[in-house]
Amino acid sequence: MNYKFNWNVVLSGEYLDWIIQGVAVTCQISALSLLFSVIIGTALAVMRLTGFRPFVWFTVAYTEFFRNTPLLVQIFFWYFGSEGLLPRPVMQWLYQWDFEFVAGVIALTVYTSAFIAEEIRSGINSIPKTQLEASRACGLSFVQAMAYVILPQAFRIIIPPLISQSLNLIKNSSLCMTIGVAELTYMARQIESYSFRGFEAFTVSTLIYLFISLLVSFAITQYNKHFMRTVSY
Amino acid sequence: MQWNIVADNFEYLLIGAYPEGPLGGLALTVVMAAISIFGAFWLGLIIGLMRLSKRWWLKWPSFVYIEIIRGIPLLMLILWVYFLFPVVMGKAMPENDSVIIAFVVFTAAYIAEIVRAGVLALPSGQMEASRATGLSKFQAMKYVILPQALRNMIPSFVNQFVSLTKDTSLAYIIGVAELTRAATQVNNRTLSAPMEIYLTILVMYFIICYVLTSFSRRLERKMARYQARG
Repeated sequence: MNYKFNWNVVLSGEYLDWIIQGVAVTCQISALSLLFSVIIGTALAVMRLTGFRPFVWFTVAYTEFFRNTPLLVQIFFWYFGSEGLLPRPVMQWLYQWDFEFVAGVIALTVYTSAFIAEEIRSGINSIPKTQLEASRACGLSFVQAMAYVILPQAFRIIIPPLISQSLNLIKNSSLCMTIGVAELTYMARQIESYSFRGFEAFTVSTLIYLFISLLVSFAITQYNKHFMRTVSY
Repeated sequence: MQWNIVADNFEYLLIGAYPEGPLGGLALTVVMAAISIFGAFWLGLIIGLMRLSKRWWLKWPSFVYIEIIRGIPLLMLILWVYFLFPVVMGKAMPENDSVIIAFVVFTAAYIAEIVRAGVLALPSGQMEASRATGLSKFQAMKYVILPQALRNMIPSFVNQFVSLTKDTSLAYIIGVAELTRAATQVNNRTLSAPMEIYLTILVMYFIICYVLTSFSRRLERKMARYQARG
């Protein structure tokens, strides 16, 4: 192998700025998508547990469809194909923003929320049924019982799987480079094609992903060690 | 709505330019997934068993491998193999091969963890009893532990196959003519029905993956009955 490493090129000046920007965009798109995914995932899980047939069918169809299709194609679908789906004024409003970013957030949210809904549902199911019955007997409505009794307990249990889902989300956000979202992987490729310093650029971005993921798995282990003892039924 | 564009190009989405040119489309997607899962199974089995070993020089390399591969996005790995492997080896590799290598390397890390979990889930009495009857550790693994453990792991392997089938769409990035690429080509050529085209291939992926997932769910219920208990 006769490749001369030159780390200075990537780790200084404009290219370093690109990498930092890439990390920032990766973090932004992941954080936004995670926030929306948890909200939608919770809503889906609760809808399914109401037992109301149309709700159940909708949530089952939603999770099965989005879990069994590739994220990349979903990203293309939202980015290229959403024009025909939404009314014109809404699209025009969306185009005002950075539409690549918006489409990326939509795709990641829809995809991830399908997985998170299943995690949350199993979390809720692991809370004894009597809890819900007792809360209803105390006079709380279904929504109140969920909000004040069941969900706070369920969330404590599902934090570890939720964290590993968010790690998947961070890794999945790399696919948004295909529609031109300037996140970390996009920046690495950009540096590669501008400076032919592919090795350095890919190494740096790989290490950044690796650092994030090791941090996250460390967090899960710590959480399990200290807090899981307090959750027991 | 312009479904006729999809209808006109449906054959291209299914098999690419096949009889005249190379195989593509959905057929290539399935072939690539099948080859990759086969390779990943053997590599993952070896790495999973290494991870279970008590010898540090077997255990640590596999541990590092698993942690690194699971920590980076598959897309990153594909780019590594495609752009940087030639720099090291001095010659380029066909897209199809390099992407299959990336899939095997990536999926093997996940399969290794499945193997590890499957072996650890067997009651320890199985190993002790086989050792007591005079089998070596290797023999016990081969004749007693693995046949039982692998059977219990089949549903997880099927799930891994499903995610691999979905992941083959990433081969698009480096220009492999699988389903996603074929759809993008059709879209670029026609330019008027992106929603219809992408919806069609979403449904195609969905049918394959959903059939496999329901199959694995059925297997999981069946396997539960045969599990050895400690």
